[in-house]
Amino acid sequence: MRSSGQDQQKIHSIWHRLHIDLPLLAGLLCLITLGLFVIYSAGGQEINIVFKHASRAGFALIVMLVVAQIPPLTYRKWAVPLFVIGLVLLISVLLFGHVGKGAKRWINIGITNIQPSEIMKLIVPIMIAWYVSEYNLPAKLNTIIIAFILVLIPTLLIAKQPDLGTSLLIASSGIFVIFLAGASWKLIISCAGLASAFVPVLWFFLMKDYQKQRVLTFLNPEQDPLGSGYQIIQSQIAIGSGGLNGKGWLQGTQSQLEFLPERHTDFIFAVFSEEFGLIGVSLLLLVYLFIVMRGLWIAVNAQDAFTKLLAGSLTLTFFIYVFVNIGMVSGILPVVGVPLPLVSYGGTSMVTLMAGFGILMAISTHRRFHV
Amino acid sequence: MRKQTKFNQQKRVAIRNHSAEANLFSRRIFIAFLGVIVLVLVLFNNIYDFQVNFYDKYQTRSNSNRIKLLPVEPNRGLIYDRNGVLLAQNKPVYSIEVIPEQVDDIKKTIVNVSTLLGISEEQQQKFFKTLKGKRRFKPLELKSRLSDQQIALFSVNQHHYPGVFIEARLKRYYPFGYLTTHTLGYVARINRKDANKLEDDGISENYAATRNIGKSGLEKYYEKILHGTIGHQAVEVNNQGRIIRTLNFTPPVPGKDLTLTLDIELQMIAKRALSGKRGAVVAIDPRDGGVLAMYSNPSYDGNLFVHGISSKNFKKITDSKDSPFLNRAVQGGYPPASTVKPFLALTGLDAKIITPETKIKDDGWYQIKGVDYKWREMSRWGHQWVNLAKAIEKSCNVYFYHLAYNLEITRISNMMEKFGFGNYTGIDLREEIQGIMPSEQWKRAKHNQPWYPGETVHIGIGQSYWTVTPLQLAQATSILANEGQIKIPHLLKTITERATKTSYDSNAKPTSGPLITNIMHESKPPIVIDNHQNWRFVLDAMHNAVQKRGGTGYEAFRGSRYDAAGKTGSAQVAGLKQGEKYDAASTKESKRDNAMFIAFAPYENPEIVIAVAIENIAKGGGGFNAAPVARQIMDQYFGKRVIISQDKSKHPHHDNIYGKK
Repeated sequence: MRSSGQDQQKIHSIWHRLHIDLPLLAGLLCLITLGLFVIYSAGGQEINIVFKHASRAGFALIVMLVVAQIPPLTYRKWAVPLFVIGLVLLISVLLFGHVGKGAKRWINIGITNIQPSEIMKLIVPIMIAWYVSEYNLPAKLNTIIIAFILVLIPTLLIAKQPDLGTSLLIASSGIFVIFLAGASWKLIISCAGLASAFVPVLWFFLMKDYQKQRVLTFLNPEQDPLGSGYQIIQSQIAIGSGGLNGKGWLQGTQSQLEFLPERHTDFIFAVFSEEFGLIGVSLLLLVYLFIVMRGLWIAVNAQDAFTKLLAGSLTLTFFIYVFVNIGMVSGILPVVGVPLPLVSYGGTSMVTLMAGFGILMAISTHRRFHV
Repeated sequence: MRKQTKFNQQKRVAIRNHSAEANLFSRRIFIAFLGVIVLVLVLFNNIYDFQVNFYDKYQTRSNSNRIKLLPVEPNRGLIYDRNGVLLAQNKPVYSIEVIPEQVDDIKKTIVNVSTLLGISEEQQQKFFKTLKGKRRFKPLELKSRLSDQQIALFSVNQHHYPGVFIEARLKRYYPFGYLTTHTLGYVARINRKDANKLEDDGISENYAATRNIGKSGLEKYYEKILHGTIGHQAVEVNNQGRIIRTLNFTPPVPGKDLTLTLDIELQMIAKRALSGKRGAVVAIDPRDGGVLAMYSNPSYDGNLFVHGISSKNFKKITDSKDSPFLNRAVQGGYPPASTVKPFLALTGLDAKIITPETKIKDDGWYQIKGVDYKWREMSRWGHQWVNLAKAIEKSCNVYFYHLAYNLEITRISNMMEKFGFGNYTGIDLREEIQGIMPSEQWKRAKHNQPWYPGETVHIGIGQSYWTVTPLQLAQATSILANEGQIKIPHLLKTITERATKTSYDSNAKPTSGPLITNIMHESKPPIVIDNHQNWRFVLDAMHNAVQKRGGTGYEAFRGSRYDAAGKTGSAQVAGLKQGEKYDAASTKESKRDNAMFIAFAPYENPEIVIAVAIENIAKGGGGFNAAPVARQIMDQYFGKRVIISQDKSKHPHHDNIYGKK
């Protein structure tokens, strides 16, 4: 690869020196650009909302570039302090946080409001990857149990806010590390069994009424078509009526005539499907698949266990984002508040995601031992 | 302690098997990647299901979300009189409406507009009440039925009030008001009962945009023809129901126009002639059964009902002891009195009970064997020896007491039923009543009593149970004047389909002119009698009653320039005790006699038949009260036409000759 000509080597090395992974960047820009167009359509064709989103995307890109400059070793060194700070913030959110949309997610740190659960999306995989990589792989049972507990603490704190979507994503980021660290299949299967046994406990003791309602609505949205089922029904109508070719950009009646709620945020995929049809959906899935493949490629080629586990976990969590969002919008998963990564309107999650990709780029471009 | 373990861990890392770990990791990544592929396929498969397999279903649901069909009301057909005078039209009614969304300060705006137009505090409160919970972009009515002055005043100031505007709607209007209400009826708001009826008839969809429906009269009878067919506007709406654009417009088909046989000028004369009286007049063209005039007094203004009548006005009408709601022309059941004498005479002749020469001695009273009761004559001393012609001319009661008694009830009722008494005439009004033609069966069914011969004597002068409507009387007279030919009376002459000049549908053929359908009214088989000459005999007697000095209708028709024939009648409303003398002045108003009159003209080839009924007259009888009403209508009908036989040999006794006072 590298032997194919002087120029390519040169270009490669310029991006390399800037700590940018070009294929990944291309995929990400593809999604962000697409997002701008869909947001314009879903947001009532107001250019201001597009500008606002573009500026956030620009900020997120800068964050990504900045993060990419930090050598992975630094994260490893700072894993424990970061994790402790994150937990403190989460606890303070529960104690002093702002209430918004029926949940406490934000905390004022003087200058601005921050959402500690977003930061934990990065800190948890760093922490678990650090902890597991301290020991030989495949990870032993006691390592796994401790790692599990480390995952469970922030997950429960976030679930208590309540923010089911984020807590699920954080839990999966930790579990991916454990899986990639070579947890035995016997353990994985028995854990899965245990988890399903936990479901009734979750239902009867831990889930709030509105969360239960979401699950019930998911199981049968037509039961209350004008109430709790409205959103998912309208979303399915939007997707289905898009057909093979879609209704065309700005032509989706479900979104343009405002039948679809939250169309520029969590349900933007429905708008996209309505206007671009199955062809558009296939292309979008391919772009996501491409980014995931690139992320996994970076993980495989990473130089030590910590970076491998971290890169793998970040990539798979990104995919879980995609899967949960599209799954909920198309009705195969209950509605949890997860945006479509890099396409949905909304700055916070985009910054976190792009920071995550910054870490991936750092892993792909920083070499401890230059061969 | 902690530092120690940390050191140990570092050490362990140093001795770990990197390539084995890398292999393990790569395997796990590969498995994870397979999982990713499976999940992507799950997503794709699900979306494929929506967008390909169930595309039709979701396409339909998406359209039903956004496309709404707005019904468009068809314009109601107009109603004209026989000469093309508009009797029922659709008039724009202006109301002031507000779209709350477009108004910045709704409270201030409403108060200002109200002050400008003089809209009452009460109406403002009503507006604010309806404002709550209404969609903000739907127009709301502040005041309806603006006066011309209010319209002008607001139009000048409209630019001060964005979101406030004047809206025009077509409402039914009857320019002649009182004059036509009983015949035309009126339209009013569709109520629950109407809605149910429409539902039962399966035509409620056609009324989706319609506010008013025919409630009585012709408006009700020809509702289906007048209404037209609903149009539809397909509009695209958003989730709030706000109309974004029109996708498609199917214009409504306006209702068909009706031209009536009615002549509004005759109607006016009828109203004037009946003013201050309770009663009704019906004029029919005997040649085709077309009703030329039909008026019942007192009347009321049908326009009051179009906008919803106020309870005060409604109470005023219902509380009136003159019952203005009653269409006496078809709903008033009156004893026909002596007007039935020509019919009985014909029955007698046909049954061969009498001949034209049969004479009877009239001493002023009549008695039947075994009964003490004396049936009395109007003139106390009687008419002495009278033949049939004189009996009709002078309205001799005793002759007809005798005739009826000998005919017996069954023969009378059989013949009278042929003339339409006791049955619907079949006119195009649903309000019509049957009246009563008593018979043995009728009395058994109604009162469960046998028929007494004494009652037949009363029948001879059109009393006892016998009641007729003025329309029935006119129809019977028409049959008589037609020598047995029966034409069903009717008000509708033609139906006109207006040409749609501006056709919305390019495929529709442009029609050159209105499509006029002449209504063919059914007729019944004629009344056939053994000796056709008998018709002429009876009609001639009626002719004499009007044209011959001393005839009961002579005074009323003195000096007319057309050749009329007729018969008067005065009906007792309250039975008099034996030997009691009727005195109008001392009798309670509602117990006074009714005046009746039937007439037709010209005597040869009659063109108009009239029946008049006037309730509770103060003095005189049919000739004095009712005949002048017919005279005025006929004067108007014939105008300057002179139709009188100058051939003295044909009418040797006639004194009513044009030019002579």
